[in-house]
Formats: sequence, C-alpha cells, structure tokens
Amino acid sequence: MIKIIKYILLDILRNKMVLGYAVFLFAITFTVFSLEDSTLKGLLSMLNLVLFIVPLVSVIFSTIYVYNSSEFIELLVSQPLKRSRIWLSIFVGLAGALSLAFFAGAGLPMLFYEPSPTGLMLLLMGFLISVIFVAIAMLAAVHTRDKAKGIGFAILLWIYFSLLFDGLVLFLLFQFADYPLEKAMIGISALNPIDLGRILVLLKMDVSALMGYTGAVFKEFYGTDKGLIVSLSVMVLWIALPLLYSLKKFNRKDL
Amino acid sequence: MKTIAILLLCIASISNIAISRTVMVGASHIDKTIRSGIINANTHDTLLVETGIYHEHNLVIDKPIVIIGIDHPIIEGEHKYENVSIKADSVTFSGFSIRNSGISSIVDYAGIKIHNRHHVTIVNNILEDCFFGIYSQYSVNCIIKNNKLTAHQELEQQSGNGIHCWKSDSLQIIGNTITGHRDGIYFEFVTNSIIWRNISFGNIRYGLHFMFSNSDTYAANVFEKNGAGVAVMFSKKVKMYHNYFIENWGDASYGILLKEISDSYIDGNYFVRNTSGIFLEGVSRVEMYNNDFTENGWGLKIQASCMEIVLKYNNFRGNTFDVGTNGSLVLNTFENNYWDKYEGYDLNKDKIGDIPYRPVSMFSMVVEKNPPAMMLFRSLITTLMDRSEKVIPSLTPEQLKDNHPLMKPLRL
Amino acid sequence: MISAYKVNKSFGKLKVLNDVSFTCNSGQCIALIGPNGCGKTTFIKCVLGMVVPDAGTITVMGKDVASGWQYRSEVGYMPQVGRYPENMQIGQVIEMLTDIRQSHKTIDDDLISAFALKALYHKRMRTLSGGTMQKVSAAIAFLFGASVLILDEPTAGLDPVASEILKEKVLAEKERGKLILITSHILSELDELISDIVYMQDGSILLYKTLYALKEETGETKLSRAIAHIMTNKPS
Repeated sequence: MIKIIKYILLDILRNKMVLGYAVFLFAITFTVFSLEDSTLKGLLSMLNLVLFIVPLVSVIFSTIYVYNSSEFIELLVSQPLKRSRIWLSIFVGLAGALSLAFFAGAGLPMLFYEPSPTGLMLLLMGFLISVIFVAIAMLAAVHTRDKAKGIGFAILLWIYFSLLFDGLVLFLLFQFADYPLEKAMIGISALNPIDLGRILVLLKMDVSALMGYTGAVFKEFYGTDKGLIVSLSVMVLWIALPLLYSLKKFNRKDL
Repeated sequence: MKTIAILLLCIASISNIAISRTVMVGASHIDKTIRSGIINANTHDTLLVETGIYHEHNLVIDKPIVIIGIDHPIIEGEHKYENVSIKADSVTFSGFSIRNSGISSIVDYAGIKIHNRHHVTIVNNILEDCFFGIYSQYSVNCIIKNNKLTAHQELEQQSGNGIHCWKSDSLQIIGNTITGHRDGIYFEFVTNSIIWRNISFGNIRYGLHFMFSNSDTYAANVFEKNGAGVAVMFSKKVKMYHNYFIENWGDASYGILLKEISDSYIDGNYFVRNTSGIFLEGVSRVEMYNNDFTENGWGLKIQASCMEIVLKYNNFRGNTFDVGTNGSLVLNTFENNYWDKYEGYDLNKDKIGDIPYRPVSMFSMVVEKNPPAMMLFRSLITTLMDRSEKVIPSLTPEQLKDNHPLMKPLRL
Repeated sequence: MISAYKVNKSFGKLKVLNDVSFTCNSGQCIALIGPNGCGKTTFIKCVLGMVVPDAGTITVMGKDVASGWQYRSEVGYMPQVGRYPENMQIGQVIEMLTDIRQSHKTIDDDLISAFALKALYHKRMRTLSGGTMQKVSAAIAFLFGASVLILDEPTAGLDPVASEILKEKVLAEKERGKLILITSHILSELDELISDIVYMQDGSILLYKTLYALKEETGETKLSRAIAHIMTNKPS
C-alpha cells in the first residue's frame, strides 16, 4: 500500500496544480499578514481562506484527479492489488498532498506571524477541512461515471456546505424564533464540517462576543475539553463516513 | 502674613503633641486588649497596637483617637461579630488585619463600619473574609485608602460588598484592592465623592455598583473579571475618567452598564475584551471622548431609549461588533472616531475618511433579534448579507453613522 | 484454471452477460470470438475483477475472483486499448508494475527486447502511437511469467513484424503449458495459435469446441470459413 501511495503522491506532485495551490496560499497568507495592520484582520482573512478556498480547491482538485486517473486506477485494478487498498491509497495520496500544500503554503507563514491559539486552531481546521473535502470529492467522483457531472456534483456540494446550509439554518432560526434553539444549534452545527470548523475558530477569535447568552451555551459545549474532543471526532466522522461509503461503492464499481 | 500663618500652625501642632499621649496595647503592656486601650485613652490620643490576635467581639471606637496597628495585628470576628464599629468623628484607623466578621441576612455586619460620622480615616488595613468589608453610612468627609479586601464566598447571598457606602457625602475611596465580594465598591445615595485608583476584580456581582449617587467622580480604577462588570445607574453628573474595564464576560455582563444616567462624562477609559464595552439604556446628555474599545464582543450597545450622547475621538479596534442597537431611531452623535473596520478612503489627505462609516452591521441586528444566529457569525452568507446591507441599508438604522471617521487610530 | 458459473451482468437495461458458464485449463489456447458487443471484453474484465458480475461465480486457479485479489499475480492481461497514466514514461510504468507485483519469478523481458522498447523508455505514455502502446501492453502482459494470459485484441494496431513477434511469443508460452485466452476479430491469424474456440453472441456462449473438432464438423480447413459456416447455420 505504501508503494501505491508513493506512486500516487509522485503523480500528484508531478501535476503542477498542487504546487501552484501552495504558492497561491503562501502568497495570500504572506500578504494578509504583512499588509494588514491588525492581526485580527489577518486572521479573519485567513478564516475566510480556510472556510471557502481550501474546501473549494480540495473538492475540485480531488474530483478531477480521480477522473483523470481512471486509466491509472484501471491499470492498478488489473494488478494483484486489493481494490480497497487502491482507493485508500488514492485518498491518502490526495489528502497528503493537499494538506502538505496547505501546511507549506498557509501553515508556515502563519506559524511565523501568528503562532497564537487562534492561529493554531485555524491550521488544524484547515487541515481537517482539506481532508474532509477530499473524502467528499471521492464520494462525488465514484458516484457518477461522467466527469462533467461529477465535477458539477462536487461544486454543488461545496456550495451547499459553504452557503446553502447556512441560509437554511438562518431560515429555520427565524421560522422557529419562538423556541429555544441554542442547544439544537449545537447539533445542527455538527451537520456541516465548515460550520463546525468556523465555530471552533470563533471560540478562540471572538470569545468576548460569544460569551453572550447563546455564546455561553456554545462555549459551555465547544469550549470545554469534552466538547472539543466531541467536535473533533465529528470532523473525523466527516472524513470517515464519505470515505467508507465511497470505498463501498468503488469496490462494486465496474471499470 | 505668611510667616504668621506658619507660626500659628506650628503652635497648634506643638500644643497638640503636648496634649495627646501614646497608649501601647499588647501582650506585654498594661492594656492587653484594644478595648481597654480605648477606655484608657483620651481624646486625640494615639493607640499603638502590637502584633497579635485580638478577640474583641465588637470593638467600638467611641473617641476621636488614632489607632495604629504594628505589623497588622489581627482583629478576629469569629464569624459572629462586627469587628470594628467607629462611632466617633475624626478617628484614624490604620494597619490592622480584620478577619472573619459575622454573616447575617438581617444585620449588615462589616469588618469596619462607620456609623454616621465625619472625618474618619481608614487606611492600610487588610480585610479577609468579612461579610461587608468597609461600611460607611451617613458619613461625611471620610477617607478609605490603601486597604486590601478579600472574600471567598461563592454565593451572592452569603457575601456582602467590599466597600459599601450609603447616604454619605464627600468620601475619598483611594487605592483599595477588592476581590471576592458581592460588589467591589457599592455607592447608594453618595454625593460629591471620588473613587480613585482602586482595583476591583473577581467580585461575584459588580466591580462597582453605583446608584442614585450624583456628582461623583471615579477615575483610574481597574475593574477586571467581575461577574457582571460595572453598573452605574440612576445618577447625574458622574465623571468617569481613565478607568480600565477588562474581561467582564457574560450575557448580562458589561464593561459599564449605564442606566438612566444624564449629564455625565466618560473620557479616556479602556474597554478591553468585555462582552459589551458599554451598555446604555435611558441615558441622556453624556459625552464620551477618547475612550478605547478593544476586542470587545460589542464595543457599545446603545438602546433606542438613549439620546444626546456624543461619541467623539474614540478608538474602536478588534471588536466583534462595534455598535449594537435595538431600534431605528437615532438621537446620538458619532463623530471623528477611529473604526478599524472602516473601508473608506481619504482622497484629500486630511486624515478623515471621505465617506461615512456605519458601525452597526446587519448581522448584529440579526443577532439582537435572534441570539442563536450567532452560530452563523463570519459565515459566507452573513458576510454577503453585511456587504449588501452596506450598499443598501434596510435593517440597520440609517442615521447611525460617523460622517467623519478617522483614518488612523488616536494615541490614547 | 478458469471456471465461470452462470455469470450474469447488465449495464443498466442492457444485458451483457447472460448465464455464461465456461471452464478451461492450462495448456489450452482459447480464442474468444464473436461479433462486436457480444460481451467478450466484459467477460474478460469479469475474470480480472474489473467488472463485478451481478450474479454467478468466477474462479481462477480455484480462487474466487469476487473475494480474492492475489490470483491476479498469476494473470497477465493485455487490454484492447491500453490506458496508462498519461504523465508517466514507459520505463516508469514498467518499473512501477515490477515494484508493485514483487514477482518472485524471473522477469520475462523477451518482448521488451524484441520490440526494442528500452530505446523508448523515456517517452511519456500520452505521446505514444496506438501500435507502441499495444507493444507496451503486450510486454507488460508477459513480463511477470503469469500462468494465465488474457489478450484482448492483441494484434489490432500492431505492424506485421510486431504481430509476428507476438504470435511467436504466444506459441512459446502455450508450449510451456500456460492457459491463454485471446479475443480477436482477425480469425486468420488465430489458426496457428489456438487449440480451442469459444463463440459468444448476445452475452451467451453459443459454442465451445476444440479447433480440431470444429474443423471436422464443418469440413473446413480454415478457421474463418468454419466460423462463417457456423454463423450461417446457427443452431437455434
């Protein structure tokens, strides 16, 4: 399996996209921290980067990669290799390459400029969100045979997680404004890894505002060690579930 | 003229020394207890109390004398008594350690209580685990200075206030450190007084609780991590200068809660990491200059019931929301403040932004109406909403704006 | 060595394999023929585990294809259209496969030298012509001395010389007692190679006979004629 991962990693790195992504992240992070006069503004820009750009690049790059390596996958499948190993190797290769790019591009300048708890939490979330969206991309790619459809599906998922879901939540909040929704919101936030990541960062960044009534409920949950462990486990589930489902699909897929 | 005056003063002081004696109190002296020392002392005598533990039950000081503790002798209240009751004018009480006053829900036991007196000075005492710390009722011209008050109660009901002043006038509360009490400093019907350079932190309720007290000044105090911050209510002509309000966290916690305040000044204060820097309700004719709001949840929360508030030359930096409000009517003035969220430009280089800044974001209005929406803060959808609101204000009050925002922060 | 039992497969509504049952053993060289879209390639892919049958079982050397994957180390496969990672060079592909297969047997690089592929090792896969691609596929199929060889349209796109080299290689491997499965449209070139013939149509096996028996039965000496005879007198 390590051999396959090695070849996949080599193949991905031979693709200039990942390198470009890392350079792009590096340029943005560097500019953000050296130009903004307040670190809060810098962190805010980084938060937006982690919440929107990182999942977008992750999901699109991974989907395209899986489609483009259909030959590679076919070749590997005809070899004495277990199918699930091939699929997991692709996952590890993609997740590894993308999180490597994230760490090299955004992580290093951030550790240099902002090695605060907020900065570290942002890094952790960037890493988790990268990996989660690789898993989601693989699910999208295994689902449809058609490349264009698959990429479309992946983008749709991204729009859903970064925009539609929150719109829906806002709508629900106002529809059920008469009910105490604070506790329910904790459960709902677990349904979207981007929201979960955002809240965990906010707890470090906007702690003063979050100490208000609702915030206190959040803080009581997410702010404690137990809550942190629970929410990180939920994020790990967000990696595991799409991945396992896609694996199951891939094992039955005709090539 | 001048020499005569000095001469007169000298004579007066010499005559004073001539009249007054020094009475020693301690295990090795005739007066073993402070009580007997007071009995043996004459007016204006000085009592020097040696270190040790004194069980005086309720020590009543009923003569105008000076009592000084050497190395903080302990006056033990055994959780039953009011340690020291001052029932004479012109008493100076200094250098004691006061411990374990009685706790009662009927009587306001205090470590040191001033009963209807004037010119009492209480300095350099250490009060530990007293129900009320230093209590002043119907007192005039008293000084409470450099005392250190610590209590360890968890519940509001079992804890009294640190420095409790009621119906008093012309007090000077200076340089005290108060922690663990219900309210750090409590003012009710106190006038013409000053609260200066005190540190009040970690109190159960308010760091400073201030009601029906007109024409007072509090300056250069630090209020940190109190359960509900500072409350200043139902008062007029209050001056609040150069105080620090730090990390007062909670839904009902404020750097300052201002309620029904008028004709007052809030200048040069620092509000750092509070849930709300200042919460204003029913406030009128208040001028706020040169304050610094940094990293608060809300810099200011102005309820629609406020009017004629002037905010000028303040810094707003790193606040989650700069200003929050609950209505659309604006009768207040925002002018020449620095807002770090300002994205305008300054074409004529006069260091003043050319387009107005609207400090109320749409999302803060949303959260005001629907607190759980806080969960969506800084998400793409709310950012988009805020952006569109900036272009076409619909939910945020149109008039709430700073027409001349500063481009650079003020040095405060 | 390969046995299939009631293998069924549909792509959507289209039934591609319909109760295909089939057994073959080492030393056989079987031609799998039939019109386009009769299910030859799908069947081969089922044997390789690339397509998962809806029903039925396939075993290779006694091992169930559905549950195992190790059997593929004994299978050499030459696809109809070779599809390789575009960015890799020929040399890298061969190196990678050697690395992955970790074959304990000696590497059989007869075809690599016969096709003079070493000279092209630095070429990227996407730049290759169809013929060169086929040569690479063929070389890879024989590289690991597998005891089952599956060749899907092996000579399509190959020039006559290369074609001849490949045929000789197939004959040599047949002599060594390996099981060889060939699909082809060009019947004339199969004559000298094969021992048995399987004729598929519409997803079913219509005929499975030795070449000898087929020729006897039809009275023809050429395979192509024999097949044509069969097709015109289709057993209904």
